[in-house]
Amino acid sequence: MNEQVKPVDTAAVEPVRSIGEYVPMVDGPEKVSGAARYTADFVEGKALEAAILRSPYAHAEVLEVDTSEAEAMPGVRAVVTGADCDKTFGVLPIARGEYPLARDRVRYKGEPVAAVAADDIHIAKAALKKIGLKVRELPAYYRCRDAYAEGAVDLHEHRPGNLERDVFFELGDVDDAFAGADLVMERKFHAAEVCQAQMEMHSALVSYDPLRDRLTCQCSTQVPYYVHLMLAKVTGMDQGRIRVIKPHVGGGFGARTETLQPELIAALLARKIGGAVRLLTTREETFITHRGRPETDLRLKIGMTKDGRIAGVELENDQRGGAHSSYGIVTILYAGSLLYAIYDLQNVRYIGRRVLTNTPPCGAFRGHGTVNTRFVFESLLDEMAEALGLDPIEVRRRNFLEAPTFTQNDLMINSYGLPECIDWVERASGWKEKRANGLPDPGPGKKKGIGFAASHYISGASKPVNWTGEPHATVNLKLDWDGAITVLTGAAEIGQGSSTLVAQITADVLGLPIDRIRVIASDSEVTPKDNGSYSSRVTFYVGNATLEAATNLRKILVEAAARKLEADPEDVEVLGEYYRAGSQDTGIPFQEVVMEALRDTGTITTKGIYNTIPESWGGKKYRGAAIGGTMGFSYAAQAVEVTVDEITGEVTVDDVWVAHDCGKALNRLTVEGQIEGSVWMGMGQALSEETGFYNGLNLANNLLDYRIPTIQDSPPIHTHIVESNDPHGPYGAKEAGEGSLSSFIPAVANAIHDATGIRFADTPITPDKVFLALEKAARFGAKKRAA
Amino acid sequence: MAKRIVSFTLNGKAHDGVVPDNTLLLDYLREGLGLTGTKTGCDGGECGACTVLVEGRAQLSCLTLVGQVAGKAVETVEGLSHNGRLSDVQEGFHMKLGAQCGACTPGFVMAAEALLRCNHRPDDDDIREALGSNICRCTGYIKILDAVHHAAARRRGEEPAPYPPLPDRVAGHVA
Repeated sequence: MNEQVKPVDTAAVEPVRSIGEYVPMVDGPEKVSGAARYTADFVEGKALEAAILRSPYAHAEVLEVDTSEAEAMPGVRAVVTGADCDKTFGVLPIARGEYPLARDRVRYKGEPVAAVAADDIHIAKAALKKIGLKVRELPAYYRCRDAYAEGAVDLHEHRPGNLERDVFFELGDVDDAFAGADLVMERKFHAAEVCQAQMEMHSALVSYDPLRDRLTCQCSTQVPYYVHLMLAKVTGMDQGRIRVIKPHVGGGFGARTETLQPELIAALLARKIGGAVRLLTTREETFITHRGRPETDLRLKIGMTKDGRIAGVELENDQRGGAHSSYGIVTILYAGSLLYAIYDLQNVRYIGRRVLTNTPPCGAFRGHGTVNTRFVFESLLDEMAEALGLDPIEVRRRNFLEAPTFTQNDLMINSYGLPECIDWVERASGWKEKRANGLPDPGPGKKKGIGFAASHYISGASKPVNWTGEPHATVNLKLDWDGAITVLTGAAEIGQGSSTLVAQITADVLGLPIDRIRVIASDSEVTPKDNGSYSSRVTFYVGNATLEAATNLRKILVEAAARKLEADPEDVEVLGEYYRAGSQDTGIPFQEVVMEALRDTGTITTKGIYNTIPESWGGKKYRGAAIGGTMGFSYAAQAVEVTVDEITGEVTVDDVWVAHDCGKALNRLTVEGQIEGSVWMGMGQALSEETGFYNGLNLANNLLDYRIPTIQDSPPIHTHIVESNDPHGPYGAKEAGEGSLSSFIPAVANAIHDATGIRFADTPITPDKVFLALEKAARFGAKKRAA
Repeated sequence: MAKRIVSFTLNGKAHDGVVPDNTLLLDYLREGLGLTGTKTGCDGGECGACTVLVEGRAQLSCLTLVGQVAGKAVETVEGLSHNGRLSDVQEGFHMKLGAQCGACTPGFVMAAEALLRCNHRPDDDDIREALGSNICRCTGYIKILDAVHHAAARRRGEEPAPYPPLPDRVAGHVA
């Protein structure tokens, strides 16, 4: 029985709003208390443990994989090899050539060859040693120029010359632009390969129920839907018999924006034994699985007028893609198309080669495609500004775009906060005074400098990888008799805060406190399909779908309240916990509105979808010109201050000032966290991180040799959020999690130049490189370019 | 492999376990006892994700045999919260976004706990030193510093620093 509720003075009730505030993550308590479960944490039950045999050869024809001895070992339940699966996988529909387990050939050291499921991990690992692998070795290529040299053996028959994709486009007239420019400079650069090295190692828990012919996969992924597709493809199962659940995931940064072998191999084993298999990779294997940012050789030529206008640009780059396609075609296209959309460019020539080599496959790493391009572009702008006697910041200003606009390569820009970002960084960093008067003397043997750079990034690729005709994002809301609201979303929470985002938007539209909202994410049996967490698409696309779903629910509740209050829906005020018709009305509580809404219809579900608009799909001026198309670009600028130790060559980052235009910060806490994390990750690539190979053997395959900055190496970061209110973004929001990464690298290189007079064109800028360059400069008495 | 009974205190309770001699404390906690709050992040001694407290001091459970903690007090992240309430360190990591993906978080929480037990007023350098063997790949460590300061204030019985003031609110979108 309902008790008589004392009337509430609704004049004092206000809807709860959290958009734009500091909101801790909805799943934070689980993470800090140890209750959050990641794939490896499902330790109960009867899953077998699996381990992968990996190729010790960089390139070889596989003659025989003899598993008989391993299969005979007590405790071994199943062994799978390439013979168990003749289906290929891959993320791009046009480039799916990778086998879960190598068949005819191995193409990099560490490529999976066989896998064992056993009663425990020790037996599984012992069994791997009993598998015989007979091969005929082939020539292997670890550098781009060796792989596409005349006479090189093709890694894949369908990719002659080991070119995954060569890209050429010229828009405008570049030669003419160079001829008319006051200054033309051309420089070569090199960027080392880097790896995401997310903290959770790749893992999969897959069970197969032969009675019902159903497969359930839990794995560490950013893209449960793509995993679902590839599980169906490699097992040959009906996709409706597969369930993919994404538990908590310990970071992604792009490493898991495609299906990886662990989940596929675990599925093959689970099918073979008719049971559950847990496959946990080691840190070394996580490095080998890779999908990081490729080693890149770049040549950049820019023509500039004497007042700092960019007249023409020519960029040529080779990306060492590794042994399989992965996202390679997209990466090499991004590296060219995203020359645009930050400055006004009218004459651009781009030559890109994505090369297949005998190293682990590269993929999509935070800032996908733009990072090395931005490193060289912003470095050369700095050098040219110096040559022309212009302030480097002023040079950026002279090349601003004006939004709304379309770039020469047809990318849509509706909001452009770069000017505000630059203004703030210039002011907050004390740029003008520091450049005019110099930085304080850091003492003997040390020099200080300050550098600047800008960057941008897409808010979601406008065309999904898998173009199916479905909306880009779909979100469902469920409201039941208990007044609880559940958001059902396929968006993959990987630590970036997508579950918090959907809860916040839903709560905001209904004026309710955020803890009223429950989120169920990424279980294909329950939640709507989502393309996944990559290309910074979730805030914009899933955010908009959530906004629509919540607005639909609000409409139903307002109509119910209007019936109950005998008022017009237009007159109903939504106060969150109360609904009322006009300020004189005492109103009715939320729960009564819910019961009225459910009368005769029962449980309510609403849906929201989001589709990108055709104008955002990029152009057709060259093959692949759609890559780069997005609903909105984020912008960032940063100034970095360093101290260079002339005796050790060590670069210490003293301070960073970064401003990021994310359209609108829906949650300032998580936006700041994303910006800080991006800047810091850029620092790793700039100063210390490099996978490194010796004859195809990964040298830095652990977290000691792969030098991720620790808290002791990490600077303060002063973060400023610029809100340009994109007309299409949810509440005006755009991406926040990638755009600030790429400007750090040139900013720190420019700062080191400011300190030492030496331009570094080779990342990471490690102490040994700095030391040698300083020695050389001292010896020859001239300010020379390093590398 | 020979097994023996190892007795120690685990999160304040006496624990006797039958453990093969070469068992790592990390594996025993996770696989043996289901205390999966303690995370594995590397192949041994690289990342700090498995940090637990042994006799109140931070120690890597992946480099510790169960036999080495016989007779000692071991604490894991699960032992910090009581009656469903987050500890001050846990609250700091939650409220100040010291945790993004959360995979390194239990290790950071335990290392910070060890610090705060001997220093209630750590400055940034103290925190950097105490957390120097833990790797986080998400935060850039800025908010981890905020989180530890938040917790330290709580431990001193003070109110932690509030969030920064908001810029002028833009009018909400909802009609």
